[in-house]
Amino acid sequence: MTDPILVTENLEKRFGGVVAASEISLSLYPGETVAVIGSNGAGKTTFVNMVTGYLKPSAGAIRFRGRDITGSTPRKTAQAGIRRSFQISQIFPQLTVLENVMMADIAAADGKGGLWGAALTKPRMDRGRAVLERFGLESHADTEVGTLPQGVKKQLDIAMAAIDDPALILLDEPTSGVSVDEKIEMMDRVIDPLKGGGATLLFIEHDMDIVTRFAERTVAFYEGRILADGPTDEVLVDKEVKRYVIGGVHA
Amino acid sequence: MMKTDFRREPLHIAILAGLLILGFFLPDWMRFLLQTALAGGLVALGVALQMRAGLVNFGQGLYYVLGGYAVGMLAAKAGITDVFLLLIAAIAIATVAGVVLGLLLSRYREIFYAMLSLAVSMILYGLLVKAAWLGSTDGFNIPAVTYLGWTPDRTVRPDVYYITTAVLTVLACLATARYLTSGAGMLCEAVAENEIRLEYLGASSRKVAFIAIVVAAALSGLGGGLFAMSTGHVDPLMTNWTTSGGFVFVALLAGRGSTIAPVIGFFLLELVRTYALDFAPNAWQMILGSVMLAVILLLPNGLWSLTEWRRKA
Amino acid sequence: MQKFTAIMLDGMSYAAWLFLVAVGLTLIYGVMRILNIAHGAFYAIGAYVCASALGVYYSLGLPGVFAFALMGVVALVAGLIVGLIVERGVLRNLYGRDEVLMVLVTYALFLILEDAVKLIWGVKSYFVYQPYAHFGFIEIGGLPYQVYDLLIVALAVVMGIALWFWLERSRMGRMTTAVVADREISAAMGINVKRVFATTFAIGTIFAVVGGVVTAPKIAVTPGIGVEVIILAFAVVVIGGLGSIPGAAIGAVFAGYARALSVHLAPEFELFAIYAVMAVVLAIRPHGLFARASGRKI
Repeated sequence: MTDPILVTENLEKRFGGVVAASEISLSLYPGETVAVIGSNGAGKTTFVNMVTGYLKPSAGAIRFRGRDITGSTPRKTAQAGIRRSFQISQIFPQLTVLENVMMADIAAADGKGGLWGAALTKPRMDRGRAVLERFGLESHADTEVGTLPQGVKKQLDIAMAAIDDPALILLDEPTSGVSVDEKIEMMDRVIDPLKGGGATLLFIEHDMDIVTRFAERTVAFYEGRILADGPTDEVLVDKEVKRYVIGGVHA
Repeated sequence: MMKTDFRREPLHIAILAGLLILGFFLPDWMRFLLQTALAGGLVALGVALQMRAGLVNFGQGLYYVLGGYAVGMLAAKAGITDVFLLLIAAIAIATVAGVVLGLLLSRYREIFYAMLSLAVSMILYGLLVKAAWLGSTDGFNIPAVTYLGWTPDRTVRPDVYYITTAVLTVLACLATARYLTSGAGMLCEAVAENEIRLEYLGASSRKVAFIAIVVAAALSGLGGGLFAMSTGHVDPLMTNWTTSGGFVFVALLAGRGSTIAPVIGFFLLELVRTYALDFAPNAWQMILGSVMLAVILLLPNGLWSLTEWRRKA
Repeated sequence: MQKFTAIMLDGMSYAAWLFLVAVGLTLIYGVMRILNIAHGAFYAIGAYVCASALGVYYSLGLPGVFAFALMGVVALVAGLIVGLIVERGVLRNLYGRDEVLMVLVTYALFLILEDAVKLIWGVKSYFVYQPYAHFGFIEIGGLPYQVYDLLIVALAVVMGIALWFWLERSRMGRMTTAVVADREISAAMGINVKRVFATTFAIGTIFAVVGGVVTAPKIAVTPGIGVEVIILAFAVVVIGGLGSIPGAAIGAVFAGYARALSVHLAPEFELFAIYAVMAVVLAIRPHGLFARASGRKI
């Protein structure tokens, strides 16, 4: 088997006396699509926040492509090739959809010393348009983002995470806020373009239909720990997972 | 692209240049007013630049006074009168101040930035008022400047100074437009709108804010230098809160769409002020404040782009 | 040794004065999210009204003791009137607007009030030293010290405790605390947020006016005193953490002793001392000692 792209070892996060995550040891392999499931407060977002440097782990280590990135910052992890989308979409509300991806492209240039040249170049415009096409957003290109429906905002949020072809993309509840019958459609629209760039994917999800359909591997979180980790069809029928995680979601 | 595209800015600046040529047909007093307003307009432009990144600087007069005093002290105390050296010094000292303050303040946003920038400029005001060797509240006079050894005599001096100011204003606008079309300039809007996203894309919002602060400082330093040269006098009022408030006011009303808007806006403000001073000599602060309030209360969604782009989706 | 005593006493008296002014600023921000630049103008108005009122009082030849009662009345009345005019006339129409826009609003108010003060009282100086001289000196550690200054310290302590009691114990105060914690939930629970705001603003204004009133006998009341005060109050609340009342107290103590130390040891750095402290605090804690923790945003 190839080397893992991301390794976390015994990650732990405490907020005062509260343990939000502990003993999180996980390896992601290039090209995988992994789902993370668990009830609210199980530590899923805390995990993503630690990997991307938004939260400093209280203990443990994170390695990305063999390099230690424990306690890094969102900016440095982004420059290293880890990008993410957000449960509540983080976009530039006053700009148009095209401007949003252009801005993302310009921002990605900062890490490479590209802040001084003229920003609105032809290649960049073309790249921006290409991203919109890949994610099926071209019909909204010139719409101001703040006025768009929730689903399109989430889609744009995900598209922005894919700018600059990162090696690892973490999606925090990509279908939250999207109506039930549109969830699968939404995932259909984003998963292929994301995989097309060759990225390793990890997504947090509550809907087991989506997990079954899109993830070959699933990690179940419970009370800050990993309860199960393995092929999706095995994890979803695991007794403990059924009892603590899936039962919890539908309760 | 709507707000972020400054590629057509050279056209705007060409219009400004055309308007400035018309300055030769204005009465002398008004052309002089225009000339000093151009100097102040560069400061208002600096305030507007920072506003694009969500930073409202209530103390931009700090850089204005530094530029002015740099010219004044070199010319009056050190005997350096070459206009090019003086203006370079004005820009340099303001830029250095911008770098130092930028390092300290670029991490702050919103009211913290507003409050700290105001406080720092007031501290400098307090220092200058107490500095007897710099004339305290009266400031001091500055000798006429020279152009590579040539001293324009009294008859041509107004023309030469006007041309100098106009040309440099146009050049400064062009340089600003260049900055605005660069990555650093474009990302200011991303800083104002969503810093979390910006950082997660691998860019430093602090660096983007810092660059905006320094560029604004350089512009304001040049403005201060031009003002000192034009009036032959500097005093601490250049960094008074009322002065800085005028810059903020103009920057807000002029918006962030073009480099020439704050420059022209500041001229209009100065024009109003000239008449207001005739009408009510001791009430300029009150008039300025009342107009600010009236605009905020009566045009809540009109020109106040400030509130608009902060309302998160 | 005498120098040490002097530093301790001066630092305390200066801290008390700073606290009186800064606590209103921080209270108004904490509750209303309004950084009130006009706070300095309120202070100036307090000083001028006090000077005028006492001027009339003494010209009537009335007994000196009751001058203090008059000062108290003046502070309350002036504070309430100014506070209510500004709150009702301007701020009430703008609640819920962007914080930076509100800075602009109070900045505009500050400009207007500064000129209003000049129009009413002119640019000359007013002196009303009588209350300051009234109590004479007391000897502390071999050092003669103005009793009036010690009384200001006592006043600051009493008013600080009263404010704390009000916030913790009274119904209105508890509602205020609830609004600070969460404005939406408080409104949903039936708290009249507008009334809380009006009360808070009036109390904050009274603090500023009291600061001006008690200071008037010590200084020449001239244009510009409001500005000096607002920059110092900024430093205090920045040190303590904007919106925190304990922060205002600690910030006032830091700033007060910084100033006392430099006055006695290195007078030429007087102005810098407070800002040096502020810079050091900001370097260690960017949003002040008692900064509110910002919640997780994502």
